[in-house]
Amino acid sequence: MITELEIIGSITLFVLAIFLGFELITKVPSMLHTPLMSGANAISGISVVGALIGANVVFDGGDTQLSGILAFVAIVLAMINVIGGFVVTNRMLVMIAGKKKRED
Amino acid sequence: MIGDWVSIGYLISATLFIFGLKNLGHPKTAPRGNRLGAMGMAVAIFTTILEMNLLDEGIIGWELIISGLVIGSVIGYIMAIRVEMTGMPELVALFNGFGGAASALVALSESWRYMYENDIVPSGLELAVIYVAAGLSALVGWMTLTGSLLAMFKLKGGISIFGKWYRTPTWGPSWLNFVKVSLFLSSLILICMSIKDPTNENVLWAIIIISCVLGILIVLPIGGADMPVVVSLLNSLSGIAAAFTGFIISNSVLIVAGSLVGASGLILTFIMCKAMNRTLPDVLFKSFGGSEKATLTRTKVGSDAEEVVMMIDGAQKVIIVPGYGMAVSQCQHQVKEFADLLKSKFDTEVKYAIHPVAGRMPGHMNVLLAEANVPYEQLIEMEEINQEFSECDMAVIIGANDTCNPAARSGVGPLAGMPIIDADKARSVVIIKRSLSVGYAGVDNDLFYEDKTMMLFGDGKAMMNNLNSALKDL
Repeated sequence: MITELEIIGSITLFVLAIFLGFELITKVPSMLHTPLMSGANAISGISVVGALIGANVVFDGGDTQLSGILAFVAIVLAMINVIGGFVVTNRMLVMIAGKKKRED
Repeated sequence: MIGDWVSIGYLISATLFIFGLKNLGHPKTAPRGNRLGAMGMAVAIFTTILEMNLLDEGIIGWELIISGLVIGSVIGYIMAIRVEMTGMPELVALFNGFGGAASALVALSESWRYMYENDIVPSGLELAVIYVAAGLSALVGWMTLTGSLLAMFKLKGGISIFGKWYRTPTWGPSWLNFVKVSLFLSSLILICMSIKDPTNENVLWAIIIISCVLGILIVLPIGGADMPVVVSLLNSLSGIAAAFTGFIISNSVLIVAGSLVGASGLILTFIMCKAMNRTLPDVLFKSFGGSEKATLTRTKVGSDAEEVVMMIDGAQKVIIVPGYGMAVSQCQHQVKEFADLLKSKFDTEVKYAIHPVAGRMPGHMNVLLAEANVPYEQLIEMEEINQEFSECDMAVIIGANDTCNPAARSGVGPLAGMPIIDADKARSVVIIKRSLSVGYAGVDNDLFYEDKTMMLFGDGKAMMNNLNSALKDL
């Protein structure tokens, strides 16, 4: 049950976070465009949180509730997004920024 | 009481995301930014599991939860570790599609529960909020999935089915824009219908199908150099999808993280458009180049490697301008060898001029050259290196065209106003290119026909090998 107060709170969060997101990124050197995109992309795998809650159903072989199975697939996809995203971003940054540090 | 602790956990997680994104925008702090983001994600996942454990019935679905987490992590890790440097843009597009699909699946799972699994269908305001959020999450999420998959195949250049190679098409007559807009509007109408009739399965399927088609139609007309902008836009959309999913289950961290990514992704999209002197509506709704390519009326005699090496003998300063062609022929190692040979033979100063949009993704050239162990200090961004061309003996352009086309300075034509590399100001110019054909923008390049320009016609890797062996024989 979602109360009216919760809904207003959610909308407030949504609007404020959008404004914050606009302000967060200002000038980004072009070589960081791809890593930034990839890192932000990994964060968008946050839907894993919703998937975890949805997958909390009893596992019962083929008779498992379909909503749970769907949420299970969502966990897998979101985790690929999260882990893959952060690891690949790290690899890019080591290539771009890491070399610089070693030379210093 | 427990709810308070959960909220604090989510707050910490959201704060980590904010600092992570902030730090990712600066070269020095970017690796830390990535780690902060990963920490934020870990905090969010642990908080959620803790919260579920403290619910009335506790966690009853350990099997699904743990196996899902493990399987997803292992697959993601293996994909990210095994990918070649050159395949990273495609992988980002693919991951992005998965993220969008995950949000859409959560929305579907929630709706399914109301329709078939005897959960009480909400009513009143709650019903409206949940169904609008689920509908929008499905629309954006499925659109992101199909759009990202198509973008991935477009970045790859094609798809291999049973050993046969099919090129990814680029097709978009202007009437297609009306189709896109009407599909979008009809999905909004379907969402309104779903509130009136919350247990109607057909509406649900219709929304999913329309969203999938819409994702493909949006990406289909967009060609090569604009792909990074589209992937960035899809990334922003997958964030928005996560935020809508947050409304369905009334979860603060989903809403905050999702809208942060959505908004910052949109800003990044605009920054990328600006670097290419394009606007977002142009990218999305106007087919660019391709159709009206200039017909070539001039010719230029090609040179050979020996000729170039004679010219380069004793050069004090050489600037290498890499482009899309270097990425295609994968010749970054040969380019590095070329630079090393120059250094050891004539003690030449070699630098690399990096145009902001050279290659398929911003930063593409940096990554490729870093893979070949080119020192970071030698990669110079466009604004800085442009002053050095006047004192440069030779500019070696490897598979770049539009990014050093002087026509951009003229103020007319498709390239007008795009910042370019001033390679034409060097004392001599060598261009390695397959032919005289026009670049992506469809504009002939005057630089090819100048007297000081030598054209080496051929594949980047083959030509660089020829140059290197000619240098060794000198």
